[in-house]
Amino acid sequence: MRSALLYAAAAALAAVVAVPAAHAEDTITLTLKDHKFTPATIEIPAGTAVKLLVKNMDATPEEFDSSSLHREKVIPGNDQGIVLIGPLKPGTYKFEGEYHDDTAQGRVIVK
Amino acid sequence: MLPTLIVVFREVLEAALVVGIVAAATKGVAGRSFWIGLGIAVGVLLAGLEAGFARAISDMAQGMGQELFNATILFAAVLMLGWHNVWMGKHGREIAADAQAIGRAVRAGTRPLYAVGIVVGVAVLREGSEVVLFLYGIAAADPGHAASMLVGGLIGLALGVAVGLATYSGLARIPMRHLFRVTSWMITLLAAGLASQGAGFLMAAGVLPSVGGTLWDTSWLLSQSSIPGLVLHTLVGYTAQPDGLQLIFYVATIVGIVGLMRLVSAGAKSRPPAPSAQPAPEAAGE
Repeated sequence: MRSALLYAAAAALAAVVAVPAAHAEDTITLTLKDHKFTPATIEIPAGTAVKLLVKNMDATPEEFDSSSLHREKVIPGNDQGIVLIGPLKPGTYKFEGEYHDDTAQGRVIVK
Repeated sequence: MLPTLIVVFREVLEAALVVGIVAAATKGVAGRSFWIGLGIAVGVLLAGLEAGFARAISDMAQGMGQELFNATILFAAVLMLGWHNVWMGKHGREIAADAQAIGRAVRAGTRPLYAVGIVVGVAVLREGSEVVLFLYGIAAADPGHAASMLVGGLIGLALGVAVGLATYSGLARIPMRHLFRVTSWMITLLAAGLASQGAGFLMAAGVLPSVGGTLWDTSWLLSQSSIPGLVLHTLVGYTAQPDGLQLIFYVATIVGIVGLMRLVSAGAKSRPPAPSAQPAPEAAGE
């Protein structure tokens, strides 16, 4: 029973890693500097998948966090990370930098 | 110092709650302190490694390495929690019925205890890597204030641990005959919450699709980033804006674990009882 579980887990893991995130969507660059996001407002059309390239220009790490977008990702200092979002229904989706949530705020407006 | 304290407290709190529940759930199974301690130690070590390799991990799988890593360890914890519950379901009746049966359960129980270590390790790893990255980044970027920030971090750590200990001692007060059932439900919900988080990461990585989008938004009622919201998020998997996929994983985990527990305990009931065990009270069964 236990080895069957292990095999199943290994197979699932292999499948997950092998599936390429083959997205041909547009890339929007989101810059974080002095713990503030630029641009603070991003507009995308409804129903599209978009790649956010989050560039952390600060020396300290930040956690890109959005409950409405279901995304949580740590971007180390002087580094960048990719956040895939969409397709989304129309609305406003807020995101923040969890470690500096007083200044690092932004939103994605989906039309 | 205060912002550092709060951030660290929140991260540690999530891990400490898991450790407290798992410790209470294995109360009476000797040797579990060793495995829990080992889990914490290994978790801290791996957290440091994960923080150190953050860039490399992130770059894997077309930039989705972090999401896949998190999903993997979360589902590993779900499996371990489920297994633990099933095992305790099989032996819990003996443990609940007769304190001296604990000695026998110890010999029978040492093997699955590494599952407990894994769960604890995953919880500490998940939150620990964020704490390490956060504190290291603060200290590196602002050496002048590093000392006061690290103090804030240590206080946050201590507070988080205190809440974990309080959770444990609160649960440990429950009489043994009820403890098994209470903690087994807490473990089931804990696992369901972790599965829901794991599903969220698989969605973020583009491996699984959203199902119906965000189903509801209760953040007006209880924000997930508030302390009570965070506690509920860890304990029962409360998600203010859940995606349909997460709800599916949540329910499936509960059904799966409870189903397996009943299956296994039905099998156990058909075997003749151990000669020196007192008859188990009916209430101890599921």
